[in-house]
This record gives sequence, structure tokens and C-alpha cells, in this order.
Amino acid sequence: MRSSRSRRLISGFGTWSDQRAERTLGALASTVLILILGMIVFVFAKAWPSFSHNGLAWFGPGGNVDVQLGQIFKSPSDSQHWVYTMHAWPLLYATALTTVAAVVLGVVFAVLASIFIVEFAPPFMRTVLDPVVRLLAAVPSVVYGLIGILVLVPFVGNHVISPHEQSSVAYVVQLTGASLIVAVVILTVMITPIMIAIITDALRAVPTGWSEGALALGVNRWRVMWTIVVRAARPAIVAAIVLATARALGEAIMLSMVSGSVAFAPNPLDGFLFFLEPLRPLAATIVDNAEGLSVPPFAQTIYAFAAVLLVSSVALSLGGWAAKRPMRRFGVRL
Amino acid sequence: MSALRAGVRGRRPPVAGRPSQGASSWSRTDRIGVAACWAAGILLCLICAAIVIYMLFRGLQYLTPKLLFSHPEPNLDQSKSGGFLDPLIGTFLLTTIGIVIALPIGVGIAVWIVEYGRPAWLARAVESGIEVVAGTPSIVLAIFGLLLFTQPVFGFLSFTAAGNAVFGRSFFTAGAMMSLIALPLVVGATREALLSIPSHLREASYALGKTKAATIRRVLVPGARTGIATGATLGMGRIAGDTAIVTILLGASLQLSPTGGVPILKTLRGTGSTLTSYVYNNSPAGEGQAPQKAYAAAFVLIVIVVILNFAVDLIGGRRQKAGRAK
Repeated sequence: MRSSRSRRLISGFGTWSDQRAERTLGALASTVLILILGMIVFVFAKAWPSFSHNGLAWFGPGGNVDVQLGQIFKSPSDSQHWVYTMHAWPLLYATALTTVAAVVLGVVFAVLASIFIVEFAPPFMRTVLDPVVRLLAAVPSVVYGLIGILVLVPFVGNHVISPHEQSSVAYVVQLTGASLIVAVVILTVMITPIMIAIITDALRAVPTGWSEGALALGVNRWRVMWTIVVRAARPAIVAAIVLATARALGEAIMLSMVSGSVAFAPNPLDGFLFFLEPLRPLAATIVDNAEGLSVPPFAQTIYAFAAVLLVSSVALSLGGWAAKRPMRRFGVRL
Repeated sequence: MSALRAGVRGRRPPVAGRPSQGASSWSRTDRIGVAACWAAGILLCLICAAIVIYMLFRGLQYLTPKLLFSHPEPNLDQSKSGGFLDPLIGTFLLTTIGIVIALPIGVGIAVWIVEYGRPAWLARAVESGIEVVAGTPSIVLAIFGLLLFTQPVFGFLSFTAAGNAVFGRSFFTAGAMMSLIALPLVVGATREALLSIPSHLREASYALGKTKAATIRRVLVPGARTGIATGATLGMGRIAGDTAIVTILLGASLQLSPTGGVPILKTLRGTGSTLTSYVYNNSPAGEGQAPQKAYAAAFVLIVIVVILNFAVDLIGGRRQKAGRAK
């Protein structure tokens, strides 16, 4: 027994010399880095024709995106006559609208709920909420999409939208219930647990001496949480916002299920109807049009959508990485 | 006195349960803050309970053993369209492939960052690169994977049509991209575990004459075992729950459709589906139009995720116990 073990040790010395181990592992890490750079280069190279044919108008409004996509899909096989016209504003607007709305709603809710869990919740609620929040963060997005499309969408379609409202805009867009409000509500429910998990960890990591000192000076519990603990955990809140934004930005399946899948830009001037109008963010557009990837100009347009998503998510990741660094002062590593 | 004042002004603390004895002397904004916290907490409980109870109810209502053990058939008649045995196998296959790829790479990268990390700029670049992978939407990874694996070089991984057009969709290609989803979780958990190993353990090992490589293999990686297991389990949960990569990179075939002749390889080179894509396709958004089956499959999916979460707790609990014993 013992001899076999020492033999294994010796063979370990032989095959894994120190330098070789360092070089192998370093090469492995560099490979992943190269893969990421390769991804960015590949996607951009593929997307370039779509950007270069449209110029800055690619990002602007004009025309119906679904019609434009249809024309690109039907473009002739001769590469000289490929159609590239694309004005993706409704998709960009829909992405920004759902993401910002969900993150703003979510962060307010998540901060309050985290304070509740850390400070005010009775012990039995705390023991239940901790695992449940983690479970909700792990539920696959397609399940949220399923609940949305089978429960919320019919509810909004049958009880919130009146036939009168439906007929008043029938010549522009169909109101079925798949709408901005359903998309934002489900997206908020999806990203909030992620934020709560990060923020509660950070609130708990703030040194207890700080809050105890404030309590000893006669500051009440709410003020202690709000002015000292939450303030000390600000970098974590920023990190949570960044992570949640990245998640919301890239959510494809759930949004393609509940957002109505119409490239329509909801108009805030429509009043209450604004919330009931359908839309389709970038990521959902990619999922909905994945069958067309065999048509080259169409694929290039789809990769252009992906490139926009990729740039935003890379910027967010690097921003989040920078935001998380101050937390290490407290020994919290997220 | 203060209670009297509150009573005279008709001002009751607007809190669901009074947080402490002195609440009545708090200023109005403080009480609103506490009330908002309670409201948020109770709303959170209600949403959690609603989702859990609703999915439990629907799942138990529609899930039958027959669904679990029969193959799906492309049939419009719901009584004949079968169950989701193939998607279930697909989920397990894909999760296994993904984690088998992600685990050694992730552990290797974490070890390199923590134990070597030279040159420093490269270590920082790798660390931020992992962050970038973590933040990249899976739909972008999916269509990047399609771009990558339809190159003729990777033809051996999937179905090659007449005229040398590589299909690019198979369990191999989807699993390879899935491993990128799990990678940041494995790296993160392993790095935390390595950092939490006290440096005197390393020094003791060096003092006994072991090289750094031997220390890593015999002391540090075994010491980080629970952290690695936690990361792997979290990664498996993420892989099992992803839909975008499956719909794009696994092909759209309902059943496992093997490619080639070698027994196990042919399945891995072939296309298939997973529970997530099954749920998607059977919801009103897909073609299936069988919400009952979608509910049942979603329930099974949630059960898998819960089991994985429970496993994380179990692993973490063991680590805590070990920590206390020390």
C-alpha cells in the first residue's frame, strides 16, 4: 500500500515537472483568452457586411424590421444583389426598454428585500427565504417563459385589454396580451433573485462593528441599515446591477415567448396602451430567426444583432469586474 | 409619552409588525422605509410561493410515468405524441459532456491564476476574460458555436451533408458551447476554495521537499475538492437550464438521431433535444401546442434543478462541518 503510494508520488514528480506544469496551465488559460478574442473577431467579421451597407442608419429608425428581414431572406442567390437594408431601431429600443425597466424595478425591490432578509425578517422567514431565493435564481428561463405565456399573457389578453382598445389600434398592431408589461414583469422576477443573492451576501459581509457602533450611538435600525450598511455595500449593488443587466440583455427564449415577437416599437405617447403593446428585443429576434441562418445575407444580419449584444455584454462584464474590486477590501469575493 | 403623542396625532406606525420597541419614536421616513422593506419581503414570499405552488400543482397534475418512459413522436394527436424520454436523456448527455469539458479546463485555469499567475497582466486578462464569458448571452455563444463548428475542420463532430457542408449541430458541438457557460462558475468556485486554503499548508508541503506541481496535485486540489464540486454542480444546473444553445446547436430533432456507425459516438455526433427545448417547443411559442406536456417537462426540469441545488447545500454543509472540526 505504502510503496504503491510513494511510487505514484515519484511518478508524479517525473511527469509533472514544475516548469512544465506552469507552462501547460498557462497555455490552457491563454487558449481560453484566445477563444474569447476569436469569438469577438469572428462574429464581427461575419456581421461586417450588414453594418457597412447600412452605415449608421443601421442603428436608426425607418421602415418595418420584419419586412426588411423578409426582404433580406428573399434576396437573390447572386451575391452582387444581396439585400442588406436594415434599420434596427425598434429592436434596439425594445432591448433597452425591457432591460432598463426590469433592472430599475428589480434593483429597488432587491435592495429592500435584501434589507428585509438581513435585518428585519423573523428567523423562520429568513431560513425559508434564503434557499428559495437561490432556487428562483436557478429556475431555467424557459420555465418562466412557460408561466408567462400560459398564465400572464392570456390574463392580460382577456381581462386587461378591452375589445375597444384592440380595435382602436388594429390597423397598426395586434394586441394579444403578449406585451411590454408581461415581458418586464417576468424579466424582473427572473433577475431579482440574482441581485438579492449578491446584495444579501454583501450586506452580511459589512463588519458588524460598524453597525454596532452606530446602534450604540442611538441610531435606529433602519438608519443603520440605510446609511451605513447599504452604503458600505454600494459596490456590490453596482455589481448586482451589472450582472442583472447582462442577464436581462441576453435573455432570448423567455422574451421571445412572452414579448409578442413583433418588431414594433411601443410608443409612450399611447398612454396606458404603451404597456400592452408587443415588442421584440435583439436576443429574441435571433432565436425567432435561427432557421434563416443558411441564407448568407440573412445570417450576416443576424450576426450583426449578435455583435451588438456582444459589445454591450463585454462592456458590462468589464464594468462589473471593475465595480466588484472595491468589495475585496471587506474580504468579499463575488 | 411617545406612544401618547403618536396616539394624539392619530399616527400609527405603518409597519406590518413593529420592528422594535422604539419604533413609535422613529421619524416618518424611517417608518416608510421599514414598511417598504416588509412589503418587499412579503411580496417576495408571495411570488416565490405562487411560482412554487403553481408549478408543483401543474406538474403533479400532468406528470405520469408513461410520459417519462416513452419516446416522443411527431404527431398532432396529443394522445399519440409520446412522452419525453429522449429529451430527458438529452439533458443528461449534454450536462455530462459540458461538465466533463468544463471541469478540467476550469480547475486548470483557477490553479494557474491563484498559484502561478505570472505574468501578472496575463493573469488579469484571463480573469477578466472569464468575466466576459460569464456575461456573454448564451444566444451569442450559440450562434458563435454554429459559426465555429460549421467550419470543415470540425466536420468530424457532426453530420456532414452531401457537398461537404458541415451541419455543425450535434451533442458534441452543443456540449462544447455549454462548457463555456459552466466554465466561469467552476473557475470562480475553485479560485475561492484555493484562496481559502491557508498558506502554511503550502509552506509545509514545500518544507517537506515537494515541488510546486506536486503540492498542487497532492495538497491544494484535494483541499479545494468541495469548492470544485460546488462549482461543478452550479455549472450543471446552468447547463441543464439553458435553452438558447439547445435550440440552435442541438438541431431540432425530437428524438435522438444518431449520425454514423460507431455505437456511442453516433449518438454524440447526432442531434436531439433536451427538456428545455421540449418545453419551448410544446408551449404556444413552439409548434407542439401541448401545454400539459410542457408543464410536466418543466416540472421535471425544476426537480432536476432543485436536486442540484440541494447537492450544493450538502457539499457546502460538509465543508462547514469540516471547518468547524478544524
